[in-house]
Amino acid sequence: MRASRTLILVIAGLLVFCFGMAARLDMWFQQWEGNRAQSSSPLGVLLGDGRRIFARHFFVKADAYFHSGYYPTAFDNREAFATPHMAEDAGAVGGNNRGDENGFLGKPRDWIDAFSRKFYPSVHTHLDEGGAKPHSAGSGDLGDNSEVREILPWLRLSAELDPQSIQTYTVTAYWLRERMGKTAEAEQFLRDGLRENPGSYEILYELGRVYAANHRDPARARNLWQLALRNWGEAEQNKKEPDSFLLNEILSRLAVLEQDEGRYREALAYMLRWKKSSPRPEEVQKRIDEVRQKLGPEQ
Amino acid sequence: MKNIAAVSSIVIKELYRRKDFYVLFILTVLICLVMASVSIFNDHNIIRYLKEICLLLIWVSSLVIAITTTARQIPAERENRTLLPLLAKPLSRTQLILGKFLGCWLACGAALLCFYLFFGLLAGSREHQWPLLSYLQAAGLHWVMLGVVIALTLLGSLVFAAPSSTGTICFVIVSGILLLGRHLNKVALHLPEPRRSILYSLYYSIPHFELFDVRDLIIHNWPPIAWSVCALAAVYAAAYGAVFLIGACLLFRRRALN
Repeated sequence: MRASRTLILVIAGLLVFCFGMAARLDMWFQQWEGNRAQSSSPLGVLLGDGRRIFARHFFVKADAYFHSGYYPTAFDNREAFATPHMAEDAGAVGGNNRGDENGFLGKPRDWIDAFSRKFYPSVHTHLDEGGAKPHSAGSGDLGDNSEVREILPWLRLSAELDPQSIQTYTVTAYWLRERMGKTAEAEQFLRDGLRENPGSYEILYELGRVYAANHRDPARARNLWQLALRNWGEAEQNKKEPDSFLLNEILSRLAVLEQDEGRYREALAYMLRWKKSSPRPEEVQKRIDEVRQKLGPEQ
Repeated sequence: MKNIAAVSSIVIKELYRRKDFYVLFILTVLICLVMASVSIFNDHNIIRYLKEICLLLIWVSSLVIAITTTARQIPAERENRTLLPLLAKPLSRTQLILGKFLGCWLACGAALLCFYLFFGLLAGSREHQWPLLSYLQAAGLHWVMLGVVIALTLLGSLVFAAPSSTGTICFVIVSGILLLGRHLNKVALHLPEPRRSILYSLYYSIPHFELFDVRDLIIHNWPPIAWSVCALAAVYAAAYGAVFLIGACLLFRRRALN
């Protein structure tokens, strides 16, 4: 009887100790940076920071879907796929691809290699050009664009795994609004991206495109691109190799927008900056001459 | 043939009495239905990711069923002491091996039928098209490949001591070939001699299971493969299946039963 009473007392003492420890540790745990419970995503709780490794994999998988499964493995020559084609086509990044994208498999090395090519996709296609299906008469030059939707689950998963990967947001938004006509979803996704990456000039630029091309709202587009330009300066100007591809994109959009709005002085200012960073300054010069003519002798 | 059919019918009955298939099938259905319920940018016609997940689960489940069912056949007969009474009947050791093989292969075929039926329904409900020919080819090639896997496992069950070790080793071999088999020749080309020749010999001598994996063609709606190519692949599989079965028969004939 006494032994059991002692045991109950020990258990009660241990419970009080555990309660006290939990109350003490919880304060520290809530402030700890490595606390996974703060993550709103179940994947974040499950995988922690390791999820970023998988995010890149799923981004590349989306590009493999864009090619209907025709994609180089780690054992193949990947020079022609260094920059995912869906990102390059979206205008989110500058292309780094070299080599023959139609022939990364090369000539068959042996009879097994030749025979096995009949059992997996071995022809280069893009989903926005009809994918694996032959073009139908009603699908137009670009084929059936709605097929592009198949890349979206992997892009969404990639964004959830690595919310700091800005490219995922801009590429997804491009395909959503440009090829699927889902402007509201594209805008919402970009705003989610902006919440995760405050001040990102890439997302601001893409958001500007939504307002310029889809909402036909040049005033808001201008504001967004001007903010993108300012943020680009803060983020990139002091870098050894700044992102000149996106600087050109922002400047060119701003210049064209101002020209279309008849604000030639502002257009000229942007064009002069654009010329400095453009890989084809002679083409920008032609536009400058055009604007100068419109400005007349006052210039 | 009658004896072989009798042995195989027992194996088939064993599969549907055990719960392995039901558990794996229900798991596959549940996972696919949960994945199908996810809304991606309010587009309900997105299907390829679902097809990929479903086919992956089918492949994993079929390999689990094939290898685990086959690996325990002979050891279980020995453990239950039913092997000697079985062979006391007018049944040769070769017939027993062939009966076990046929039973496992047919049982896997029945399981595959259920899996692919579910896959077809799932894909058709969203795509609103029924590429039955492609599905038939995919299921057929899958079944033919499982024949080789079953023959390999049967041989393994006579070499290794326990069903668990046979199962593990067969899983490692089959997954290794499925993942890397296609690329061994590319790796070999970058190696110095004699490693290059050794790896190339391995490349030519392994059964290339990846030939029968046409999931990418199904997922991305590529047109069906030519039937002559499928027939050639079936002949290739039959040759390897025969090699492993003959090996198993020879080994079993020389093996002491107790």
